[in-house]
Amino acid sequence: MTSLLTDHLISSLIAVPFIGIAAILLVRGRAFARWCALASSLGALGLGLALWSGFDKTVSGMQFVERVEWMPTFNIHYAVGVDGISLVMVLLTTLLTPLCVLASWTSIESKARAFMSLVLLVEGAMIVVFTAMDLFLFFMLWEVTMIPMYFMIVLWGGPERIRAGIKFVIYSLTGSLLLLAGIFGLYLHAGRTFDLQAIVAHGIPGEAQTWIFVALFLGFAIKLPMIPFHSWLPDAHSEAPTAGSVILAGVLLKMGGYGFLRICLPALPEASDSFAPAILWLSIGGILYGGCLALAQSDLKRLVAYSSISHMGFVTLGIFAFNEQGIQGSVMQMFAHGVSTGAMFLAVGLLYDRTHSRLISDYGGLHSSMPRFVVMLSIFAIASFGLPGTANFVGEFLVLVGTSYGGMLKVLLAMGGIVLAAAYMLWMLQRVALGKPSTSAGAMLPDLGAREILTLAPLAIVVFSVGLFPAPLTETLELAVSGLVEQAAAVLEGVGAASD
Amino acid sequence: MMDLVFTANDFHVLKPAVVLCLFGCGILLSDAFLVRRTGKRWLNAVTALVGEAIVALVVLQHLSDVRAGGAFSGLSGSIVIDGFGVFFNIIFVLSGALAVILSVRYMEAEGEHRGEYYALVLFAQAGMSIMATGNDLVVLFVALETMALSFYVMVGFLRRSKRSNEAAMKYLILGAFSSGLLAYGFSILYGIAGSTSIEAIGTAVAERPDGDWVTTLALITTSVGLFFKISAVPFHMWAPDVYEGAPTPTAAYVSVASKAASFALMIRIFLSAYGSAAESWMPLLAGIALITMTVGNLAAVTQSNLKRLLAYSSVAHAGYILLGLVAANDAGLRGIAIYILAYVFMNYGAFALIAALRRDGEAAEEIDDLNGLAGRAPGYTILVAIFMLSLAGIPPMAGFYGKYYIFLGLLREGYYVLAVFAALYVAVAAYYYFRIIRACWLTGSGDKPAALDLGLGTRVALVGSGVLTVVIGVLPQRFLALAGESVLLALR
Repeated sequence: MTSLLTDHLISSLIAVPFIGIAAILLVRGRAFARWCALASSLGALGLGLALWSGFDKTVSGMQFVERVEWMPTFNIHYAVGVDGISLVMVLLTTLLTPLCVLASWTSIESKARAFMSLVLLVEGAMIVVFTAMDLFLFFMLWEVTMIPMYFMIVLWGGPERIRAGIKFVIYSLTGSLLLLAGIFGLYLHAGRTFDLQAIVAHGIPGEAQTWIFVALFLGFAIKLPMIPFHSWLPDAHSEAPTAGSVILAGVLLKMGGYGFLRICLPALPEASDSFAPAILWLSIGGILYGGCLALAQSDLKRLVAYSSISHMGFVTLGIFAFNEQGIQGSVMQMFAHGVSTGAMFLAVGLLYDRTHSRLISDYGGLHSSMPRFVVMLSIFAIASFGLPGTANFVGEFLVLVGTSYGGMLKVLLAMGGIVLAAAYMLWMLQRVALGKPSTSAGAMLPDLGAREILTLAPLAIVVFSVGLFPAPLTETLELAVSGLVEQAAAVLEGVGAASD
Repeated sequence: MMDLVFTANDFHVLKPAVVLCLFGCGILLSDAFLVRRTGKRWLNAVTALVGEAIVALVVLQHLSDVRAGGAFSGLSGSIVIDGFGVFFNIIFVLSGALAVILSVRYMEAEGEHRGEYYALVLFAQAGMSIMATGNDLVVLFVALETMALSFYVMVGFLRRSKRSNEAAMKYLILGAFSSGLLAYGFSILYGIAGSTSIEAIGTAVAERPDGDWVTTLALITTSVGLFFKISAVPFHMWAPDVYEGAPTPTAAYVSVASKAASFALMIRIFLSAYGSAAESWMPLLAGIALITMTVGNLAAVTQSNLKRLLAYSSVAHAGYILLGLVAANDAGLRGIAIYILAYVFMNYGAFALIAALRRDGEAAEEIDDLNGLAGRAPGYTILVAIFMLSLAGIPPMAGFYGKYYIFLGLLREGYYVLAVFAALYVAVAAYYYFRIIRACWLTGSGDKPAALDLGLGTRVALVGSGVLTVVIGVLPQRFLALAGESVLLALR
């Protein structure tokens, strides 16, 4: 039994949420659905941590690899494995899902069984996306994540949910079809295989790299999202129920960044290199534009949503800086953003549960009625703009170091984004927490209960512990990142030498 | 030279059509003399299903023969049993059986439950069976007309419904016009080759000079005739009216089986007879496919009637399938086969869902009629989601693989622009399919909500189609292999 579990650790991890779904569908009862969802998401977290502890940080390449034929005629496999980058993403997914379940404990009244099943479905699909070594598997589950998200938005969302839901689907689908085109390109030019390692080893001819890169880039950029493909995000985030926003902002967006790291950089190094300058400027544009828009929002959830666009700019900035610090920083930034923005959405959700309003102007003076809540909100707000000591600082710092090799102008502009983040977060905090209550009801809001503290506290602990002791995560990443950079550099040098 | 004696082999290749015709006549007789007295009209459906079961056995026999000894022909080469024909015969058996199962409850509710209907289902299928295996222009034309005539009657089977009558009239007039054009094209082909055999025509066309206007004329007239049958734009006008007016199970049968049969005919003629003139028909087909996808998808967006919406969506699907023929390589043709196989289950599923919807005893066909079903019928709603996701081509549903292989086929041949358009229209299509899914969760506008009228047969058909749609999506290996087998011969 133990050997079965250790030999198939990733498959077990993938199976746990699906077993949870089956149990929820088979047994009636809302209470059972909640406990079952919590149990299976905690089980997944346990297996995720087991994966981390069993992960050998001194070995590069994929670990815990499993490979089974799926469609032999077309050379398609069920192939999963993790390296440092995948592992960090899997940890983020498994960390946030139990908290999403807790956050929906009482706020999802109707159709709780369906909701819990959808949360687990999205978790299972994302774990596959982050561990897939076969591009067909990757694509298939990438698409699958869209369906539960759509239902979460449309069935449990805010007043504009229907428009937001269809907008999300159309953007996502357009992106994923372009992604599919890119994957076909890789398949056709790399000896008819979907195995990512085989594709990287085979190499893609230079002239084909350009169009494949453009297709993949658009697919990932829509998901991430980069400007100008971001307009689905504020709607989807603000209309989704709390757990939906957390999953979207916390993990789903990271699939885009992960795709750049996992596919574009290793398989298309030359095209990545030649498009990098443009992407860097687009990222800086996103950082500043998202920040400015966040400053102008009157709706709490939209504010956090626009801040996500700004923060995701750092991710692409780090990836296309093309050096170790930059890439390590961008993965750290993805992790930190997942935690802190997930927490921001959870916090806003808790407020919304009490008042059913998302408008900043409806709040004020919460420090007197909800002191514990204000402490939590402040922690995540300062984490969001990357105060030293928080996880976000590690990510942003490394990204900026990585960017500095490419010139100080970009660093200065990106720093402008951090200043903006401080401005909109602190201003929001001031308007919500300080001053006088705007309504008499606001003065009597109940403070956080035990379950709610249990939802937020783990994230606060993670924010600080990763901020103060980033080594466990950075060491996990190190070999995967350096391998990525060296490989790309070797290819690019080879090309440079050939053209000289 | 010609062997005019009717041999056992001739009978063997004709068996599916013979069995279908015998059972069709049997139903007519037993309905008149036995069933009508008992009043148990469902007995006719049982007879029809027994017929389908026997045909299924015959087709499986053909399949094992082909696997063992390759393709074989009969009737002086005018019928060829190959993997391609067998594959399509499997499709026809599935759709014929589903049409029969779904009709029992629906025709009963409409008060038009008569034996002739089932006989017509079988006669139409006999025509389709020959359309997929025929290898001679005369045989193909007669088969096509057998199918079409049966459909004209079936579409107008609701005698007291104005829309049904109107639909039948429209279908008949436009259908006759297109058959005329097709016959004209066939006659030119005969003129070119001096023979009606597809192979002889293929050889003769190959010998014509490049840019020969006679070949072009034959090509255009036959294409137009066939475009009508598969409802390609601009010959699609009949589809929304016919789908809306026809009994819902018939609409499903027309949209799946008659389209599949016409594609089978089209693939055989284009690849065998016009194989050498590919350069001249490729751009024509590509253009038609592009317009078909555009019009089908954009028109579907604004529909409020479910059957009209599915009609436009089926126009769009025809555009995708045509793209597979444009690619004309292994991946593209494989894509067509798997597309059509998935289409049987998902489209029948979608139409069966509509057939079950009733409001005050009247058929309910508006999107709004789905409102509130999520609360009252969760199982039904899950099926709506499965079929719509599959029609939209989203994994892990069956509908994904057809689109997947067709894109792959296009990219392999370097048709990047077509592939991009095809891909982008998937996003447009998602808009209207998701609108249907969403409607189930909306609350109604205060009217009396529509009720579900599900007989045992419909339940079985719905759940079966739903399960297969998911199974083909998750474990496609066997089905892909079957589809692969079917096209290997079409390619040669």
